[in-house]
Order: sequence, then C-alpha cells, then structure tokens
Amino acid sequence: MTAESKHPFTTVIGLEVHVQLQTQTKLFCGCVTTFGSPPNTQVCPTCLGLPGSLPVMNRRAFDLSLRAALALNCKIASFTKWDRKNYFYPDLPKGYQISQFDLPFSYEGYLEVVDPKGAFEPRTVRIIRVHLEEDAGKSMHDETAGTADSRIDLNRTGTPLCEIVTEPDLRSPEEARAWLNELKLLLVYLGVSDCNMQEGSLRVDANVNLHIPQPDGRLAKTPIVEIKNMNSFRSVERALVYETERQWGEWQDTGAEIGSMPKQTRGWDDSAGVTRGQRHKEESSDYRYFPDPDLVPVTVSEEQVAAVRSTMGEPPALLRKTLAERWDIPAYDADVLVNQGPELVEYFEDLAKKVGEGKVASNWMQQDVLRMLNERGGHIADFPVQPTAVADIIGRVKKGDFDTGRGKEIFAAVLETGKPVDEVVAGMGIAAVDEDDLQKLCEELIAENPKIVADVKGGKEQAAGGLIGQAKRKNPNVNPGKVRALALELIRALP
Amino acid sequence: MPAQDNAEPTLTREDVLKVAMLARLALSDAELSSLTDELSQIVGLVSQLSELNTDDVEPLAHPLDSQNVFREDNPAPSLKTADALRCAPRHDGECFLVPAVLGESGSA
Repeated sequence: MTAESKHPFTTVIGLEVHVQLQTQTKLFCGCVTTFGSPPNTQVCPTCLGLPGSLPVMNRRAFDLSLRAALALNCKIASFTKWDRKNYFYPDLPKGYQISQFDLPFSYEGYLEVVDPKGAFEPRTVRIIRVHLEEDAGKSMHDETAGTADSRIDLNRTGTPLCEIVTEPDLRSPEEARAWLNELKLLLVYLGVSDCNMQEGSLRVDANVNLHIPQPDGRLAKTPIVEIKNMNSFRSVERALVYETERQWGEWQDTGAEIGSMPKQTRGWDDSAGVTRGQRHKEESSDYRYFPDPDLVPVTVSEEQVAAVRSTMGEPPALLRKTLAERWDIPAYDADVLVNQGPELVEYFEDLAKKVGEGKVASNWMQQDVLRMLNERGGHIADFPVQPTAVADIIGRVKKGDFDTGRGKEIFAAVLETGKPVDEVVAGMGIAAVDEDDLQKLCEELIAENPKIVADVKGGKEQAAGGLIGQAKRKNPNVNPGKVRALALELIRALP
Repeated sequence: MPAQDNAEPTLTREDVLKVAMLARLALSDAELSSLTDELSQIVGLVSQLSELNTDDVEPLAHPLDSQNVFREDNPAPSLKTADALRCAPRHDGECFLVPAVLGESGSA
C-alpha cells in the first residue's frame, strides 16, 4: 500500500515458498529429520549420494504434500514423476537435487487472503504449481576463525520439501505478508508443516517488479528481481518495501526495462535493511533436468484424492465462520482466535464448553490468556493454567464469590504460583462474605459517612460509589455490586 | 565411434564450453576441438531418433513398467558420523571440509 499510494506504479509480487513436511524421516531414506542434532549424525548412504544407494519415496511425505495441494485448491495430476536438477554445490552431495520439472503432482490452485481490518481488498492469489522435492544440506563459513574452509553438515540433505509457486498476483508488501500468514496458518492447521521459520521449516523467495504506466499508454515494466534470505514474514515485507523503492529509483535513473538484462537475484540484509545483488541466476535449461531413473512414477486415483480430502479437517477460512456460529461470538473474536493456531482454538473450545458461554470465554481468552501468553512468550500447549481452572474462576465470578477484577488477580496468581484455584483463593484470604457480615459492614459504612448518605437521599445515587472503596479496604473480599445494592437499600430505608 | 553420414556438426565450440563450465571441467584448446567433434557426432547419432514419427507414442517417464513404489515413514539407523566422513578428502571429525563457500546456499 505504502508504495502504491506514493508512486504512480503497480507493485507486482509473486512468491516461491518452501515448507518442510512434518515427517519423521527424509524423503528417500530412513534418516530422521530432527532439527538441531549434531552435524552429520542423520546421514546414510542414500542421502550422502554414495554409489550403489537407491532412493525410495516416503509415503507420508507424498500424502502430506497432496493434502497441502488440495487445501490450496490445486488440480492433482493423475500421473507424476521426479526429475534430476543438476548443479554443483558442496551442500548437494549427489550433484543433483531430486525435484519435479514438467509433471508436478499438482497445479493451478489458489488461496484467498482477507484483511479483517480492511487494509486491502480481499486478494485471491493463484498457485501455479505445488511440487515435492528434497532439501540440500547446510554449509557454514566462519570468517572469524581465519580458515579458508567451509564446513558442510548434511543432516538436512534429503528432507522433504513442498514447493509452492504463486502467480505474480500480490500488489503490495503488506498483502504479501498477510498472504504468507494465511498460508502458514493453513499448513499448520492441516498438520502439513510446523512452518517454523527460525528452524528453516518455511522459506520464502519473492519475485518483484514494477508496472509503470507511460504517457503514451504503454506499460513499462522494470526488470524482475528475486529476493532471497528473508527469515521472517516481517523481513519479507520490509525487503519488498525496500526493493520497490530501489526499483523506482533505478527506473528513474536508467529507465531499464524487463528483458534488458538477465533476471537478478538479490539477498536481503536484515540488519542493514537493504537488498544486495548476488550472482546472476543460471537459466532454467542450465539445470539439465531429466527424469530420475532411480524413481518410478506415481499415479493418483480419484479415490485417493477423495480419501485425503475426507481427513483434512476445517481450513482456517472456514473455521473462522463455524467458530463464530458455534459459540455465538463476533467475527473479530473468531479471527483473533483462529489466527493463533489450532491448539489455541482447542483451548478456547474446551473453555467455552465448560463455561457454557462463548462470549465470556472469548473475552477471558483475549484479555487474560492471550495477554499472559504474549507476555510470557511460549506456546499455548505449554501454558500452565488449564481451561478447567479458568472455567472454575469464571464460575466463581458468576456465582458472585468475587468480582471480575478479583478473578483476574486470581488467574494471574494461579499462573504465577502453579497452585490450584482453591488454594490460591484461600491463600489470598478470599472467602465468600456471608450476608450477616455484609449487612454489618454496610451499616458501619453508613454510620461513618453521613455526607454520602445525605447525597444519596438527595437523589445522587452515584455518591454510593464512595462507599465501595472503603468497603474493599475493610474487607477485600466483598463484592462491590452487592455492597452498592445493599447500601442503597439501607439508606433508602433510613428515616 | 564411427562417423555417421548425417553427422553434421550440430554443436559449436561455445556450446561445448558452456557444457564444460556447467560440469566444472577445464578444457584445453585441443580437448575442446576434439570434444566438439565427438559430441557433435553423438548428438547426430541420437538425433536420428527424431526421424521417427512419435505422434501416437506416449512419452516414457521410466523404462520399467512399475509405479507407486513407497516406503513407510519409519526411521532407520543412520551412519555413525565417523563412517559418514570416512571417504571425505578432508573433515574435522564433525563436518566435511571444502574450499570456502561464500554467499548464499545454492539450492532448493
């Protein structure tokens, strides 16, 4: 949006996303895919590309990528095969990557993104293709060590990746970020990938250029730049904002248009906040793709597609609607909850069921559970206060044992101490104040506050508010609503 | 290999240089000349196939008449690191060592 509103051009963005599939083992061998293990402890002859080894496809990897493609509304090819993409790089021990070239297993899908605050119009982004391929290893170069060597860890080699390629349908950096969030949410809900960017489970490259209308009616297009090395969605947005401005500046300086130079790759430097030119990308034909003779083709029947579809569950876009209807909560609430991921929705539904009121549960989720979760960091799955405890507190507030403010304090204390609600309530000296005590307290207050009593008698009922603070000081456990009601009743009864 | 009658030199020196670059091969001028001839002959030989009418022939993805070979997602033992590194010209006990790789990773 920023760029569009300032400059007379359209920003055109397409994305290429790689997600690591949630399998236990690699795509073509039984090595595990655990992140963060010591270097070269998850390698075998197959993923090292040693002579005589043969790849055999992981069924779960194929099924998960099928699920991703269906969720992205893709067509599924009835016949698909794998190809070798040849290039030399130290993190690629075989000298080729097993990927899919001309017959990807799925193609022509779409995913829509809607901004709940209406910052941009709903945008449907077409998917060109989704295919299944293997990851490369990791090369590390420590410049401070003063050595001339790079160190190669091949644990990641052969990890299954789903590559998702979009048409250039996005029109602003902000849209790109929002769309990526929606894609991530979808893949997490479907259990396809954990999409953890810190661990490299989701990687994004962006292609961007500008379409600039000319006075003669022609549309000038700047050379397409591919941006790499973005390690968060925020980086994607920042890199695209930067690159848009850079291309606009370059266009004004040089007037260079698409086709006047080979496609350029630029790397995002997050700390400097700039993109920098990298090597010119080898042309597609330079990869000399050919069908991998070590792998046989795969066919997919309509029945198989139907079977995968039937186990997919609700995608986030649908869940937002059904959650709002099921618990009678506003669309905004449903959006906030769904966007936090499936575990949080599960927590909410559990709480709502126990409380019996969706809106009350949703308020507690947003004002207390989510706020604490954000403050503490971490994941809802590790959140120490269970829905049962929260429902218990809400139940006591409803019964009038204490007010909502006190309830929130109890919630915070339960979270802090890890003790059960009963114990915390007892420990804080919170006990339901019985009717006799309340009566006595109110009588005392009335005796001590002739001015307030006079004001109330004179018609200013709001003056009774002054009694509540005093009541809480005398006994922090009193329910303010009850004090107010009883005090008013007693004052009215005075001669 | 015997020269084919229709083995017109279909490759230029530049073609061979490009392929050699992609294969990371350094060729001398003499090698470049002889390889250009030899590779042209091979391409010529294979190009005889294009004389066949393949309109009604389905593209062949694999010579075996076999499909849908899968394994289950069950872990199998990996190599010990020492064994994995054993054949490497250079390693540090943990990682393979190669001449410095600068810039971003080349793949995926």
